[in-house]
Amino acid sequence: MTRAALLVLADGRFPAGGHAHSGGAEAAVKAGRITGAASLEDFCRGRLYTTGLVSASLAAAAALGADPVALDEAADARTPSPALRVAARRLGRQLMRAARAAWPHPELDALARRFPKGAHQPVVLGLAARAAGLGAADAAYCSAYESVSGPATATVRLLSLDPFDATAGLARLADDIDRVASEAAEAAARAVTDGVDALPAASAPLLEVGAEAHAAWAVRLFAS
Amino acid sequence: MHLDHSHDGPAAVSADAHRPDGTRRALRIGLGGPVGSGKTATVAALCRALRDELSLAVVTNDIYTREDAEFLLREAVLPPERITAVETGACPHTAIRDDISANLEAVEDLEDEVGPLDLILVESGGDNLTATFSRGLVDAQVFVIDVAGGDDIPRKGGPGVTTADLLVINKTDLAPHVGSDLARMAADAKAQRAELPVVLQSLRSEDGVRQVADWVRAQLTAWTA
Repeated sequence: MTRAALLVLADGRFPAGGHAHSGGAEAAVKAGRITGAASLEDFCRGRLYTTGLVSASLAAAAALGADPVALDEAADARTPSPALRVAARRLGRQLMRAARAAWPHPELDALARRFPKGAHQPVVLGLAARAAGLGAADAAYCSAYESVSGPATATVRLLSLDPFDATAGLARLADDIDRVASEAAEAAARAVTDGVDALPAASAPLLEVGAEAHAAWAVRLFAS
Repeated sequence: MHLDHSHDGPAAVSADAHRPDGTRRALRIGLGGPVGSGKTATVAALCRALRDELSLAVVTNDIYTREDAEFLLREAVLPPERITAVETGACPHTAIRDDISANLEAVEDLEDEVGPLDLILVESGGDNLTATFSRGLVDAQVFVIDVAGGDDIPRKGGPGVTTADLLVINKTDLAPHVGSDLARMAADAKAQRAELPVVLQSLRSEDGVRQVADWVRAQLTAWTA
């Protein structure tokens, strides 16, 4: 395996559609829950330990070779909001295109055939990591980091936040990202032997509620 | 581009000239340019001019959700299922150039759902003079500026003005009212673009979009040749 592939996959400029999504930050800004750098960091920490942990576990399990169809069902079960399911599948489809171009692999082709409108993004991410020769921990790191980097860059645009403050906040989350990625990789290993029910099911009700409200707005900057 | 590459996979990667089932895909033409220069009005006029002779669809890239798509729907230039809005996360140029995945998804879905299509117009959200379309997304691009935006824009250049396959200088009817020198704009555009074509148009006049429509027809003829 090559560790440099992880940099390619985790690069914020990897062309997989993420730039149009705020990870719930736009709804949280409108609701007054994110007002500046400090509350952005709190928001990101909350998202990391809930959605981020679940996503990282799914990605790690897919990287280990767990059945992606079962993982996709597990992702649905852990995503109550229909709007978030739609966003996750759309992002999965977009990531699939980039991943197949970057690391052609029969397992990616098979998943694309099985889900022409997109599988859940973390499942595709994990399989992309697998196709790139990366391991479960790499996939978990990539997914966990994405769960906070997306809202951070979106909030820079939404609040005209100082980008250095947002980046410093991400850097302060590094220990938390380590913890979540490691927990996710362990859960993924258990899921390979015990089935997908071994994956965490942490939830963030405000993200789910906010996503449903956001999807109904007539005017918004981000798709989710 | 892999012009002769056939796929057994579910979706073409980006610029491939063929769809997964082996049929030739629709020609994709991008329209970009600054805010308010008349991109959506040009798209609407093109739809009216071409809809009886071609099977076509439109993808809009709005800055705020669906405003341009809503305009096209209100004007009823095409049936609603032929118009798709892509959301761009406050960065319209990213969606047409750096990360084209949402737009590719939109054009593929249109071909799947209302196809077969001859032509898909991809309209950018209003942006700046450097906004150009990726060759992975469109086969040819039109850059639309207008006389009211300042008659020095062709002289200033930038990738849109200098490299677009067609430059449209719109709203020529306004030139006397805003003190713009059309001859100077045309001469500057010619100097920036050498052999690449330039059209001066006013959509207020009868059949105002004819020159652009003829250019589109010529592109389509070349595409299907």
